[in-house]
Amino acid sequence: MEHLGNYIYIVSAGLFILSLKWMNSPATARRSVFAGETGMLLAIVGTLLSHHIFNWEWILGAFFIGSAVGVPIAYIMPMTAVPQRTAMSHACGALAAALVGTAEFYRANQSHEILPTFVMVALVLETLLGFLTFTGSLMAMGKLQEVLPQRPITYRNQNAVNFTLFAIAAGLGIRLILVPTDVWIFPIFVGLALVFGVLLIIPIGGADMPTVIALLNSYAGLSACAMGFALGNSLLIVAGALDGSSGLILSIIMCKAMNRSFTNVLFGAFGQIQTSHAQAQQRPYRSASAEEAASILEAAGSVIIVPGYGLAVAQAQHKIRELYDNLMRRGIDVKFAIHPVAGRMPGHMNVLLAEADIPYDRLFAMEDINGEFAQCDVALVIGANDVTNPAARTDKSSPIYGMPILDVDKAHTVMVIKRSMNPGFAGIDNDLYYMDKTLMLFGDAKAFVSEILKELPAKVGV
Amino acid sequence: MDLSTGLFIFMLATFLGLEIIRKVSPLLHTPLMSLTNAISAISVVGAILITGAQGATMLSKVLGFIAITAAVTNIVSGFLITDRMLKMFKKREARK
Repeated sequence: MEHLGNYIYIVSAGLFILSLKWMNSPATARRSVFAGETGMLLAIVGTLLSHHIFNWEWILGAFFIGSAVGVPIAYIMPMTAVPQRTAMSHACGALAAALVGTAEFYRANQSHEILPTFVMVALVLETLLGFLTFTGSLMAMGKLQEVLPQRPITYRNQNAVNFTLFAIAAGLGIRLILVPTDVWIFPIFVGLALVFGVLLIIPIGGADMPTVIALLNSYAGLSACAMGFALGNSLLIVAGALDGSSGLILSIIMCKAMNRSFTNVLFGAFGQIQTSHAQAQQRPYRSASAEEAASILEAAGSVIIVPGYGLAVAQAQHKIRELYDNLMRRGIDVKFAIHPVAGRMPGHMNVLLAEADIPYDRLFAMEDINGEFAQCDVALVIGANDVTNPAARTDKSSPIYGMPILDVDKAHTVMVIKRSMNPGFAGIDNDLYYMDKTLMLFGDAKAFVSEILKELPAKVGV
Repeated sequence: MDLSTGLFIFMLATFLGLEIIRKVSPLLHTPLMSLTNAISAISVVGAILITGAQGATMLSKVLGFIAITAAVTNIVSGFLITDRMLKMFKKREARK
């Protein structure tokens, strides 16, 4: 029966690979969920068939509770809260890996079994990554849920403290690898990993959460992978490596989109230093009413809407859809330009717009749409700020210099819906707002779009 | 399984993962993360083996129980929410 299990594992690993491959286009993506589910089911059945399993009441009880918790989470969770849920499931996944590592360590010690060194290395990595990802993800979740302050929490010598703590944890880990019988070290090691997870995330600001979430995703995968080495299970290694590489790629994409390096995100405490950078002097700008905005939109041949997280905060997605429908009926070409860091996690903005029923073939990634701004009549910016700041291209002294931006300033007319002239996340003044062709539309995104819609009576039969 | 076989599998799976994920449409990065989350809950396999081992201690059973619960929560909510998100992605032609 042992062999049967291994063959089932091979099929299951193949299905996981197909599942990720089918995510390359929305047309095949729903198949990928089916492949993933089948792979998981096979893996569980294969495990139960190929080993003598005892303590069924514990296993079935845990399956029951897990499903009872998981189903409501999946259906009740609003799409704006998906980043928090993702952080929570990184925490759960990492905790599972860490606890299995802990249990395995104590089991081997109790039965006086000497684990080979490489198994000990894997166990130490599994528990270290698992526990630090667990508390780190909980902190990220708290920040996203706004239970914890969004701004970076910093203190003097922060990096030195973090580094020392990590060095001690690593030292204890090495000691455990060399002398696995030093059981008393283990709880201290676990405690340090838990504390390190907290300290690692608190200095990171809200704007960097997309990168952090992706990075934690990678860690959670790697801890599952380490478990595979510890238990000698190749399916765990494959699935963990796939998850680890996925998180790695997403965090690289996020870093590139903000022109930052990993070290800068983790140790830079962005958004803190730059607040003083905002210029004090008042510059002239033009503002317009909803009526004027409506007539400009009406006269346009093409419109590009640039949404940011402010749109989701104002719950304006559905109003935007109405505006989109209205303009499309008038024969105006409407497209959406999505910056990679729009929203709170990679790809979040696309999900929010898709939820409002905006067809995905109208959502364009930055590289695909940037060339079109120069030919576009109106660019309508809603709730986005730093990602439209031309200073990123021109002003070498700007903290966001070099960050890839949407070339909104190249459109013939720019309209920006914004609550006030206050600067955004990074605390940087946006030159876009002071250009001659820019009109500022002051107000709440949802309320203002409703106003515009009132001025644009729905034409029937055109 | 010996170490070199494990590392070999790890190396291949990582390169394969990097190649496949690179091709995933940026439209779907959020559902992708939910999906990989559910897949990495494969650690449920390890948790079952620890909990269900013959003569498992109370500590093993309790830790294993929590681990299975956490992993199953991820599996169930991860796949379901991925599907819920993917259902929302529609093309223009498909709309009424």
